[in-house]
Amino acid sequence: MFFNLPFIVAALLVILGIITMLIKRNLIKMIMGLALVEAGVNLLLVSIGYRAGGIAPIFTSAPDGVMVMPTVQAMTLTNIVIGIATTALLLSFVMVIYRMYGTANAEKVRKLRG
Amino acid sequence: MMQELLLQNLPALLLAVPMLGAFATPLIGKASGGARNLWAVAIMLATLAVAVLLTAQVLSTGTVVYTFGAETPDLTVPADSGGIPIRIIFTVDAMGAFMALAASFVGLGVMLYSFASASRSTGQNGYYALLLLLVVGILGMVCTGDMFNFFVFLEINSLAGAALVASRVDKGVAVEAGLKYAVLSTLGGLLVLFAIALLYGQYGALNIAVIASRMLFTPLDQIALVMLLVALAMKAGAVPMHFWTPDAYSMAPSSITALLVVASQASLYGVFRVVFTLYGLTLEYATIGWIIIILGVLSMFVGVTMAIPQKDVKRLMAYHAVSQTGYMLLGVGVGLAVLGNQQLLDTYGVIAMEGGIFHIINHAMYKGLLFLTAGAIFYRTGTRNLNQLGGLGHSMKWTMVFFIIGALAIAGIPPFNGFASKLMIYESVFLFNPLLAIIAMVVSILTLASFVKVFHSIFMGPRLPEYADVREVPAPMIIGMALLSLLVILFGVFPQEVVDLLITPAAGALIDQGGYIASVLGGA
Amino acid sequence: MLDAYTLQTGTGFWDPVVWIVVFLVAFLIALAIWLLGEKEYPRDTQAVKPFLSGNVEPEKADVHMRAGNLYWGFTEAMKGYYSRLVPLHTGVLNDYVLWFLGVMALVFVIVGVAA
Repeated sequence: MFFNLPFIVAALLVILGIITMLIKRNLIKMIMGLALVEAGVNLLLVSIGYRAGGIAPIFTSAPDGVMVMPTVQAMTLTNIVIGIATTALLLSFVMVIYRMYGTANAEKVRKLRG
Repeated sequence: MMQELLLQNLPALLLAVPMLGAFATPLIGKASGGARNLWAVAIMLATLAVAVLLTAQVLSTGTVVYTFGAETPDLTVPADSGGIPIRIIFTVDAMGAFMALAASFVGLGVMLYSFASASRSTGQNGYYALLLLLVVGILGMVCTGDMFNFFVFLEINSLAGAALVASRVDKGVAVEAGLKYAVLSTLGGLLVLFAIALLYGQYGALNIAVIASRMLFTPLDQIALVMLLVALAMKAGAVPMHFWTPDAYSMAPSSITALLVVASQASLYGVFRVVFTLYGLTLEYATIGWIIIILGVLSMFVGVTMAIPQKDVKRLMAYHAVSQTGYMLLGVGVGLAVLGNQQLLDTYGVIAMEGGIFHIINHAMYKGLLFLTAGAIFYRTGTRNLNQLGGLGHSMKWTMVFFIIGALAIAGIPPFNGFASKLMIYESVFLFNPLLAIIAMVVSILTLASFVKVFHSIFMGPRLPEYADVREVPAPMIIGMALLSLLVILFGVFPQEVVDLLITPAAGALIDQGGYIASVLGGA
Repeated sequence: MLDAYTLQTGTGFWDPVVWIVVFLVAFLIALAIWLLGEKEYPRDTQAVKPFLSGNVEPEKADVHMRAGNLYWGFTEAMKGYYSRLVPLHTGVLNDYVLWFLGVMALVFVIVGVAA
């Protein structure tokens, strides 16, 4: 149970983020939901890479023991960077929309439809 | 020596050239706009040349494997890694090379066209840089043999695409389209990453070939499959997840829309790669095949019926793009549904897949061409509203000719390329399930009907007073359109050559999962 | 000889070159018939003007058939279909996300039941 906790939390974060994206009409809050999903995915990645008793793969004066394969950590870092770029882009879109439309409500930002 | 080095590193160059081009473009643009344009087209030409060389290499020597950072590119499994390919590996088989070729060709047409169409707008440095980055994203997706790498290129593709969609703010409407596109593709991308994490957790590998060779199709794998399948199908614009498509396609600059079509098809390639190569025979191919077929039929029918009442010419064409994607899903879905039955696969499964794959390149050509003609009309008249247009056939003769070629090709009228691939789909799908083939033909008729409407309302009728001073578009735009229409005609007149040269190897590469695995892990 | 250009579709075949040749022949026949017609007519008289039962010709912009009027009958006949389909394209971002995740949930169920 304890070792599954990170996975459960990751799934909860993803689900919370998705629910936020579905029920919140404010575009900024939707992007917050997206960030929650991203955090959940990051947590899942990192918890997959966890090995009980493993040591960091730094070879200089490393203690004895099993080293952890750092692939998922690298993936998480990459995803964090991608996430920053995406969030910045999305927020700047919302800024422009708010300036032009005077609202950031998803139900009013719908000039494109039909 | 130099030549050998070049030929050895083609897969890396395919990405390195446009990426270098993208990041150098703003610097050169600081110095002079003309130099930047020359630089951008030179980069695009070089990318196309690399893609052609790479395709030739793949077709003559089989799947090309490229290991980044290894002593030699074909050293996929390091001696001390315990049999796991630890590095990022590009695995370019006939299918990937085919997609790369199509993407870089459309990229070149778009680049030439952009010289004129973007010349009146601000922020051109960023425009060309993002355009090249979008090409990088597409090429990376179709060449990589690594799941995480695939995700990274998917995100490059989405971000560059969304930024370009929003680039002409257009009172905020274009930004609205960009936001919708970006939110959906980011969410889709994150779910793809979630699926990749599930796969990594089970098999301890990211390489497609390694995962494929160990695939057990556990419940977790099924969850990962559905996430990958649905997220990538959404990026490809399959109904009922197509809502972003008309928004983004209609608000992007026309040149970008032509490239966004290819970007969507890179996601479609992702769908095919996942079901055929990653899962292969382990999945319930009949169920998944039917899911893809139903998505395809829905896309075809809903796409075309939504297109008919549209008033915005680009929105109308965007719905047609959704509808045409349905044909590809239908063709390849039929191939998947009979994957385990060698006899049915030989009778019609392979032909259906070839038709679907042939339709990918044909669609990239004629839909790109149509969006470019729509852009040409917008460039001269400043409106996309069909109710306001009319009589342009008198003044924009070249654009009209290109439009006719594109419209007949998309409606599947001989001798243009759309007919050849649709015929292959009709005849093979008819053997699978006659009803599906009949729906496909009805959709084709409705497509023709819809384009008759567009043709009539834009080009026919008397010369209207408000467009009295409209002239033909500048030469670079005509060259860009001519390039694509030349291929539309050539592919239509010599379909069997194209099928033999590119399509049959591509379909074979998708079916041959064992060959893909062996090319990375060594003889199986 | 033309075999190389013939597209094999498994059960059938399609030969664009023959099609183009036939098309060209038909075009030449049509051209020949057209050339048999009257070549000369008075160009600067009433003969070139449209005859609308003696009424004055309306403005060019008024006689052009606009796109909105085309296929009115089709959309009218399919009203039951369109009145349900078009409102689905709401343009609200939440709905887009809902459709995406809804389809994903549906496919989960289908794959789960099948397996």
